[in-house]
Amino acid sequence: MNHIDESIDDIISIPLPVDERLVIKRHRLRREGTGSKRICVVTGIHGDELEGQYVCFELARRIRENQDNLQGIVDIYPAMNPFGIDSITRGIPAFDLDMNRIFPGNSEGDMNEYLASKIVEELQGADLVIDIHASNIFLTEMPQIRINELNADVLVPIAKKSNMDFIWVHGASTVLESTLAYALNSRGTNTLVVEMGVGMRITPEYGEQLTDGIFSLMSNLDIWNGEVKKVRDPIVAYDAGGDDVCYLNAPCSGVYMKEKCHGNLVKENEEIGRIINPLTGEILSGIKAPEAGLLFTVREYPIVEEGSLMGRILKKKVFEENA
Amino acid sequence: MKEIELYSFKGLYCDDFRIMGYEFGYGEKTVCIMGSLRGNEYQQMYACSRLIAKLKEIEEEGQIKTGKSIMVIPCGNPYSVNTKKRFWGIDNTDINRMFPGYDKGETTQRIADGIFKKINDYKYGIQFASFYMPGYFVPQVRMMKTGNENIELAKKFGLPFVVLHKPRPFDTATLNYNWQIWETDAFSIYTSSTEKIDKKSAKQGVNAVLGFLSKEGIIDFRELACYDARVIESEKLVSLRAARAGFLESLVNAGDSVEKGQILAYITDPYTSEVLQEVIAPEDGIIAFEYDSPLAYQNTALFKLILDHNC
Repeated sequence: MNHIDESIDDIISIPLPVDERLVIKRHRLRREGTGSKRICVVTGIHGDELEGQYVCFELARRIRENQDNLQGIVDIYPAMNPFGIDSITRGIPAFDLDMNRIFPGNSEGDMNEYLASKIVEELQGADLVIDIHASNIFLTEMPQIRINELNADVLVPIAKKSNMDFIWVHGASTVLESTLAYALNSRGTNTLVVEMGVGMRITPEYGEQLTDGIFSLMSNLDIWNGEVKKVRDPIVAYDAGGDDVCYLNAPCSGVYMKEKCHGNLVKENEEIGRIINPLTGEILSGIKAPEAGLLFTVREYPIVEEGSLMGRILKKKVFEENA
Repeated sequence: MKEIELYSFKGLYCDDFRIMGYEFGYGEKTVCIMGSLRGNEYQQMYACSRLIAKLKEIEEEGQIKTGKSIMVIPCGNPYSVNTKKRFWGIDNTDINRMFPGYDKGETTQRIADGIFKKINDYKYGIQFASFYMPGYFVPQVRMMKTGNENIELAKKFGLPFVVLHKPRPFDTATLNYNWQIWETDAFSIYTSSTEKIDKKSAKQGVNAVLGFLSKEGIIDFRELACYDARVIESEKLVSLRAARAGFLESLVNAGDSVEKGQILAYITDPYTSEVLQEVIAPEDGIIAFEYDSPLAYQNTALFKLILDHNC
């Protein structure tokens, strides 16, 4: 049996003004003579989202442990926005636009548009791309897959094998046409977007859960012929009309003290947190669940302004329909 | 002149967030002028402040036409101006990527909604705008091509250029785009600068707006000399890019006429001063945009050139 070949390659390398290069690296694991099916695991488009870092590590580690089971190519890209990760910046430093709003990029454009175009070129044609995000520093998310309604028919059956807790099919919007996932899906390359955990932190159990899911997806694509764990049966919300999810936005500015964690089932009118004023010692607002359901997003960063998102509830009727 | 609070919410430790508008005349909501939506748009706010001073005089002289009202909003984001951040302090979101806004959404969506509800029914919408790259512009009116753009109206500003821009997905959440979709004739005025106040250019922008209002029969104003605007599509601007990264030593300015073969800038090695690239004009034309940073990344658009034969 052949062992795997591993390589670390610079897929993009651009000189910077002062004695440095901007490099996007790929870790390729493949076993010669086992076909050319390819799965790509991508993360770090937002420099403050780190949950995918552990998944990249764990995926490579487990493949090496059972390398005879690899039947194709696994490409791992842990840092699509290396500048952002190194400087704890969500976007691309020194650039006004969110990196996930400039795809498919432009090979004739500026450095970042060029980068985006090369990333699409690199990933296009893979059998599956998994783009791992981690909410932001403000919110914790239950492990979930987000799918544009335009791709639901193709992607929901795939996402069900990813071992995530929840699949959220959301409405299409023009602004989202400039994401990496949209660019790839519209070119016929199936791409799943994972949201899990919280920005600037790593939640190892979520990383393990998603890694199990990636092996399940690899098995389904015949890229992995080893044993895989039984995957979770996710809740699927077809929420293109925006009716399945309640948003909890702060009615006033203050300090948010959460009382419920993500993953909690809550009853209608149950208190899930309070907004307090440390200056006056007052409770400014008690935050209650407008409907019964599953709290799948919870605010972690305590300072809120009027409008700040404090949580999202998947309405009870949705997971009853899934039961 | 009436001072009107258009939108507000209470801060926790900061003062309340307030967006103020200055209204002139009475009657039909005729024209709204927006200044800075980002915290570093000083020039845009300054131009509005000068416009407010002029409109106050014009109103006191009884020269606003009966039945016409004009609203000027010098700043839609005082928090970010006061904290010297370009975008929203907490989450770094851009109010000018949140229109038409959402009253039950997040903070900057609510601000956009609060502004837009007050200004989406004006006949004309004018925004003093800034570009996503640091730099200087030749004064121009920019319009998005939504199908609702009105080029002949744009020419009435009397600025040297009218630039038509095909919207990209992220442009669809800007004020200008949404004004057009809500059937306001919308224009973005680019004066030369953003973070630095250029009084001459601001005055040109203010006069352009006053000239437009006069031509549209909204005010009586003695118009100053103006340009016969040249119309160009933004795709036809020629971007001269940095082939190498390094220091940018620019030899020309926005608005300069340049000749084919002229050296416009050097890219030099930041350690040794070695010239890495001579940036050369490919044709005769005018510098429409000049990048303003001593450091240039590879592929950065250093200049955008309007070729003489493209107008």
